[in-house]
Amino acid sequence: IFQVLLGIFFNVHSAVLIEDVPFTEEDFKDGPERIYRLYEQVSYNCFIAAGLYALLGGFSLCQGRLNKRKEYMVR
Amino acid sequence: MGSLFRSEEVCLAQLFLQSASAYSCVSELGERGLLEFRDLNPKVSAFQRRFVGEVRRCEEMEKTFTFLQQELRGAGRALGPCPDNPRAPLAREALRVQEQSEQLAQELREVSRNRASLRGRLRELRQYLHVLREGQRFTSLSAPLGSPVRPRALSEREPILDPSLHQHLDRKINFVAGVIHPWRVSAFERLLWRACRGYLVASFVEMPEPMEDPATGESITWVIFLISYWGEQIGQKIRKISDCFHCHVYPYPESEASRADTMSGLHSQIQDLSVVLEESEQYLAQVLDKVVLALPTWRVQVQKMKAIYLVLNQCSFDVTEKCLIAEVWCPVRDLTQVQDALRQGSYKSGSSVECFVQRIPTSESPPTLIRTNKFTAGFQSIVDAYGVASYQEVNPAPYAIITFPFIFAIMFGDVGHGLLMFLFALWMVLYENSPSLRQASNEIWLTFFEGRYLILLMGAFSIYTGFIYNECFSKATVIFPSAWSVAAMANHSSWSSAYLATHPSLTLDPNVTGVFQGPYPFGIDPIWSLATNHLNFLNSFKMKMSVVLGIVHMGFGVLLGVFNHVHFQQRHRLVLELLPEMVFLLALFGYLVFLIFYKWVKFSAANSLVAPSILIHFIDMFLFTSNADNLPLYRGQVPVQTVLVVLALASVPVLLLGTPLYLCCRRRAPRPGRPAPVAAGEQEPLLEGQEAGNSVNATKEDVESGGHSPDAEHLDFAEIFMHQAIHTIEYCLGCVSNTASYLRLWALSLAHAQLSEVLWTMVMRNGFVRLSYAGGVVLVPVFAAFAVLTVAILLVMEGLSAFLHALRLHWVEFQNKFYVGAGYKLCPFAFAPDAWE
Repeated sequence: IFQVLLGIFFNVHSAVLIEDVPFTEEDFKDGPERIYRLYEQVSYNCFIAAGLYALLGGFSLCQGRLNKRKEYMVR
Repeated sequence: MGSLFRSEEVCLAQLFLQSASAYSCVSELGERGLLEFRDLNPKVSAFQRRFVGEVRRCEEMEKTFTFLQQELRGAGRALGPCPDNPRAPLAREALRVQEQSEQLAQELREVSRNRASLRGRLRELRQYLHVLREGQRFTSLSAPLGSPVRPRALSEREPILDPSLHQHLDRKINFVAGVIHPWRVSAFERLLWRACRGYLVASFVEMPEPMEDPATGESITWVIFLISYWGEQIGQKIRKISDCFHCHVYPYPESEASRADTMSGLHSQIQDLSVVLEESEQYLAQVLDKVVLALPTWRVQVQKMKAIYLVLNQCSFDVTEKCLIAEVWCPVRDLTQVQDALRQGSYKSGSSVECFVQRIPTSESPPTLIRTNKFTAGFQSIVDAYGVASYQEVNPAPYAIITFPFIFAIMFGDVGHGLLMFLFALWMVLYENSPSLRQASNEIWLTFFEGRYLILLMGAFSIYTGFIYNECFSKATVIFPSAWSVAAMANHSSWSSAYLATHPSLTLDPNVTGVFQGPYPFGIDPIWSLATNHLNFLNSFKMKMSVVLGIVHMGFGVLLGVFNHVHFQQRHRLVLELLPEMVFLLALFGYLVFLIFYKWVKFSAANSLVAPSILIHFIDMFLFTSNADNLPLYRGQVPVQTVLVVLALASVPVLLLGTPLYLCCRRRAPRPGRPAPVAAGEQEPLLEGQEAGNSVNATKEDVESGGHSPDAEHLDFAEIFMHQAIHTIEYCLGCVSNTASYLRLWALSLAHAQLSEVLWTMVMRNGFVRLSYAGGVVLVPVFAAFAVLTVAILLVMEGLSAFLHALRLHWVEFQNKFYVGAGYKLCPFAFAPDAWE
């Protein structure tokens, strides 16, 4: 959930998060467009991380349920 | 008036119980849990009390129960909790319970004994069988006795001697067969060799299946040995050695046929024995079933019975020996309930005469009773941890419900962390009835669970202060557009490109038009989180806020003392103590608060360069000096300040001498005329001495003591004076130090903000560095680390630390303005559900 929110904030080019965007000196040249691209890339990374976490969560839920059923079957 | 405001009225009452119905009456009272019994026989030892026989009987029954429970545990069965709430049994029921339990215990003992012996026998038979079988393997390999000599490769496994030797000696071969513990095999072998010097052959082989060792109960793979020897003396030696090594020796029949016979006999014996063992196990299981069914109820019953008899032991007997008299502390509101319970008890025991309750006056201080529900219980317990309220003293708990989470939140303010805390507490509250949560054995978890409403409120208030500080996981949220505009600054001021290139850090000047468009609607402007002088601004704001809050909190505490003074009929204290205290506090620190607000309102960015410093003004106020560089805040500031300081200083001697002089005058004036008020006057100083300046735990002598002779009057006056002096000094110095102590609100909130910022920059930011899509994968463990550290450091550690400091502020700074806390709690006699094991 955290990652999804972060991704949204980065996508909206939030000024508060400016220090978190990795930029170099030359990015400042042609206007704010490059910075916006950077923002968006970071936001995509956040969404990817969120997706991975969702996968992990679903996986562990499935495993948990399988194990519970296995316990009953062994009995 | 709700009971949470002040403790309830509790009276001392006497119960007159008929001997016949005493037991059932006390049982009824115990079920309801209303009264606290006082011990009327404190000087009587436990063995000389009235009902010691019954108590002993209960304890014997408990011993039997413990034995039954051990047996259950040994058989691997668990004891469930008691399903219903049985009442304490009457005498004949108790007898029945005792008989039944003892019978069950006896049965269990017999059955276990039988089973153990059966098992031992079975084990021996099995071992014998194995010995025979293995030995058969060896001896059947042997050449028949008297066969011609055949050259044969000697191997270790051949037990029988070289026939040549046998022919030579022409003796009969005997066997010793048995079973030995595997650890002792090598020592046994060596000893045999040394002792018998080759006149024997021993062979060892492991038993195919492990068997139980009777001594230790663990299963070991025994080693079977078969020793063939000749000669009587050797035989005796061997037998002695095997005795020393604790081996089981079995008779080994010589011939094949007898061996076969013995084996078949053993087989049939083993089978029979197994059948018998199985049946005995079944019977044991049945007995255990019975125990499982009956034991929980019995336990509860016997515990209740024992408690009742212990209480009855505390009562005293009437002269005519027909009636038990008990003294109880009873809340006045419950007197009718008590009467009702007594009536029911008498009815149940079938006696015709009713028991009754009568209130008696007392000079002792009754215990405190404050009824709480599950929400207020947490807050009441943190107040009680400092000290239980004195009888009928005003209770700080209802205010702590709001002030405590609020002060916590000031130190913790962060929306994200507050939200996490709130959700955690919400989960605990919603699932509070689930048994898995309630019966956890982890003490730390139980502490958190008990305070779940506390944590809920703390989380909610933290979200609020988080919005004010505008911090969410150390990042500001831009809910409303920021009031500062960089564009306006760039356009309207002297910022040229050259200027921008040379100056890495730039200042936004609010005096330039368009830069500052008015204050942010709620909280701190988010642009501050991007500013380098963020801390400068925030520090000043938080320090002033802490001081303001501290003064308000302390002033409120002093005001609460009003209720105490009015209730205890000490109106003189209103004038002589409250007034000077308030004057002192407000004249000095209330003025400071006024200065803070005035400066905030009056001065703006336009004249910020010449704004006076409050601190220097405050210092000058006390030193009666003035500083030319520091402009006055308003006209006539200096005389106003002088007046206030003089007022404050004047209030100190009033506080110091007022009450003692007043009491002294009042006592001295009517004394020659009327001796009666002397008693009343003498009661007063005791109460004074108790409440003026005593700390947390007052001793019993302070709480209850009778009258005293007039000779001690002078001593009392000195005591009052001393108490009042201590109180004055404590109050005045305390005002200064406690105000500074509230600065911890600032310190801790700064620490929290910095910690969360550090965590973000050092941990989370590394996750954003990679720009390729692999960065998304990298972000997963980085975020995991961030989350774990957030919970561990920021939530748990900072939360506990802020909790502690908020608690300390409450206990010391707030409560020592009005709270004495020298009471003791009413512990009613009730059958509380016990915790097993």
